Amino acid sequence: MSAAGDYRSRVRRTWCPGCGDYGVLNALQNALAALNLERRNLVVVSGIGCSSDLPHFLNVYGIHTLHGRALPVAQGIKMANKDLTVVVTGGDGDGYGIGAGHFLHAMRRNLDITYIVMDNRIYGLTTGQASPTSDRGHKTKSTPAGNPECALNPLALAVAGGATFVGRGFSGEPVHLAAVMKRAIAHKGFSLVDVFSPCVTWNKVNTYDSYRPLILKLETENHNPADRDAALRQALREDKLPIGVFYEIDEPTFEAEEPSLQGEPLAGRKLGLSDEEWSALMGEFA
Amino acid sequence: MKAKTTLSSFNPSGWETVYNIVLISEGSFSAQMEPRREATVWIGGEAGEGIASAGDVFVKTAARLGLGAFAHNSYQSVIRGGEVLLQIQTGPHPVLSHGGDWDFLIALNQSVLDLHLRSARPNSVALFNADSVKPPDSPTAAALAGIPVTHLISDLSKNPVMQNTVLLGAMMHLLNLPWDVFESAVCDQFGKRRTDLADLNVGIARRGWDYAEKNLPPRPHIALAGDGKRRIVITGNQAAGLGALAGGCKFYSAYPMTPASSIMHWLAPRAARHGMIMKQAEDELAAINMAIGAGYAGVRAMVGTSGGGFALMTEAVGLAGMIEAPVVAILSQRAGPSTGLATKTEQGDLFQALGASQGDYPKAVLAALDPVDAYYTVIEAHNLAEKYQMPVIVMMDLYLSERTVIVDPESMNPHVPIERGEIVNEAVEGEYLRYRETPSGVSPRALPGAPGGMHVAPSDEHNEQGVLVSDWYTNPTQRTRMVEKRMRKMAGVGRDTAERAFLCEGPEDAELTVVGWGSTHGVLEDARRALADAGHSVRLVQFRTLWPFPAAGALPILQAARRIVCVENNYGGQLARLIRQETGVSIPYAVRKYDGEPFSAGPLAQALEICLRPSAPAVQTLISAELDIPVRFE
Repeated sequence: MSAAGDYRSRVRRTWCPGCGDYGVLNALQNALAALNLERRNLVVVSGIGCSSDLPHFLNVYGIHTLHGRALPVAQGIKMANKDLTVVVTGGDGDGYGIGAGHFLHAMRRNLDITYIVMDNRIYGLTTGQASPTSDRGHKTKSTPAGNPECALNPLALAVAGGATFVGRGFSGEPVHLAAVMKRAIAHKGFSLVDVFSPCVTWNKVNTYDSYRPLILKLETENHNPADRDAALRQALREDKLPIGVFYEIDEPTFEAEEPSLQGEPLAGRKLGLSDEEWSALMGEFA
Repeated sequence: MKAKTTLSSFNPSGWETVYNIVLISEGSFSAQMEPRREATVWIGGEAGEGIASAGDVFVKTAARLGLGAFAHNSYQSVIRGGEVLLQIQTGPHPVLSHGGDWDFLIALNQSVLDLHLRSARPNSVALFNADSVKPPDSPTAAALAGIPVTHLISDLSKNPVMQNTVLLGAMMHLLNLPWDVFESAVCDQFGKRRTDLADLNVGIARRGWDYAEKNLPPRPHIALAGDGKRRIVITGNQAAGLGALAGGCKFYSAYPMTPASSIMHWLAPRAARHGMIMKQAEDELAAINMAIGAGYAGVRAMVGTSGGGFALMTEAVGLAGMIEAPVVAILSQRAGPSTGLATKTEQGDLFQALGASQGDYPKAVLAALDPVDAYYTVIEAHNLAEKYQMPVIVMMDLYLSERTVIVDPESMNPHVPIERGEIVNEAVEGEYLRYRETPSGVSPRALPGAPGGMHVAPSDEHNEQGVLVSDWYTNPTQRTRMVEKRMRKMAGVGRDTAERAFLCEGPEDAELTVVGWGSTHGVLEDARRALADAGHSVRLVQFRTLWPFPAAGALPILQAARRIVCVENNYGGQLARLIRQETGVSIPYAVRKYDGEPFSAGPLAQALEICLRPSAPAVQTLISAELDIPVRFE
């Protein structure tokens, strides 16, 4: 059995004291340990932003990619070696802003990867501009008169967009969060875990205290995650902010559907063409 | 209301513009002369009129007879309609370019006949459907063969698209090619899915053939004679795809963009069979980032695009440079900037490739000369990418990607070396340093799954372990050493690419040294030979490696040259500027073309001949003959 500490690296964590991302990191370590995943077969991929530093704090394989491009890189890794467990971590600006296009297509592609978004509803590393999940009216450095745009709803988008697992957690509920992550990683197919992960420095609106009275655990709601309409209803709720597994369905993964990925992973295959393959190809050109 | 515009030529140098109207490599035909051993065939019509299938049958027939052929399709960015012209030169193998004016024209509609009659060579024949196309009133240089297509095939088909097969059949007879070989090519073209379609087309082709036999005078002035060796027919993009398979590429991702898309089309139905995946991505950003992920995970990966798509990819090209992940990008240029001329050729993206992404990082830029060279260049690119853990860009263009040529199958060796570089697969003893400083700059790479090789590959600057140096304290020494470690790899790449860096043809003490790069190799060699036949000694130096620029090899050649001209399919002379930057040699003469069409050997030879004159202009701009086609307004 693995312990959560087995997945920790020696690299100093650079987040602000009190940052929600500590809770996400701890929950992720606990989820990995609970699943007893072998470190050498784990790849954690991130984009750019405070939260995207996360792979450095784990001692598994990882790529800290460009801003917004974590999902395509992760999908390339998974297609290349489907035996690897691939987890993508990033923030709301990275995933729902600059990388939004990839988010939509990764969902409908349904590769077996897990996407954890540390959603602090602000651009933290660039010192506090509005993000795609900042509420309308939120005053930030870039929206001094209040954000004129409505906030993107990643959960509703994911349920509608083809994700086969949609969950949400809260850094202030790390045990619950680890349980959601564990289910997400175990799920076969694209899993989204959006996490309310407060930025204690740049976001004075969406704080731990602001979340706590609104948080509602779906487990107490008799919610059926196989029910798409119910999942959408929960995702669109405004009276409360439900956390837990909103939606989970069993659909064929990309790996299962794509003829090129049957059998041995691409990474293990022989390189080059056999004489028979070559002759057949030459025959096509004759 | 119909508007008519006439485009005037713009010549920034102020020197005489040379138009594509004079062919200097041929004399006029007379009865005493030997029959010519080559011919140029043009097939023109609208998109959707069956130009490609007629062309394919023609080239396939030539390949089975031991002839060479080179086809270039000039087309528009529409699916139906537009002016499409397929230009094919055939003759003794190998044929190096698409030829000049035509010996045979298959005009599938009135406009083609009207527009292209003036490009007829002596003793040429224009074939057309007499039921729908009117011959001109005035006398023409070409013999006019109006064939009553509807009447000839009324019992077989009422489909107007079948006229292409009738006219092709008639032309094949006039060319004295053997019926059985032609028939086999028709069968293969149309019978892949349905044998009844093959039979129908053979029957229709025969009507055209028989009509020519009975009604059209023979054309003894052209005698095509192959060497009897059966060869294969391949396009530039197919050869690049084949190189990917032979070179062990297992991952190809792309977003559709002309003229790179046909790599995707060729690989898609074959990928699974050969252990590869062809993944169409949501955009070029995703395509290259997926390929980098695959490369990181230990799979040879490649993307293909054109200039606009490559512009989107460039940030990730730098990512590959920074995290030291292998990736190969085929950049098949079309005329730009922006959407530009989507279906036209240019060599305008050299600076884009050289300057791709911010910052200093190692990369290689290779150019392919022709389809066979594209095959090897793609393989070499994968070897360099893995050996040096860096992005490698393969430059092609529409003229190379989409050309169809006949090649010797033996010219492509399937047993190519595959060099994967230093990979750590076993358990690592002691601390594994992903970015270990080494004399070569290459740090052994651990692939996910390898025990003990766990590390993070960061797009931020990092230390030997892969830990960011930008987050806590930006150590200036560490930064400097990591930049130098990565850049040290360029010395190895330079050594490995020196041999392939450029090709030379012609005598060292030539009157004129012609410098070019990439896809213009064949047409420049044709022009060089034409000048040699006219008594001029000309040397051709064609670059295949553009970065790292082979300065040490090129400098003595350039310094020894008596007079140098640089020929490029672009406006600004990008290679000439690169050569000046890297060698200090300023090339005094230039021949350029940026009208969307490739160079043709005849006008190119003429322009080069002008370069030999004492008062040669510094820059000559070639423009293809302008057709009298009004701008389309309703």
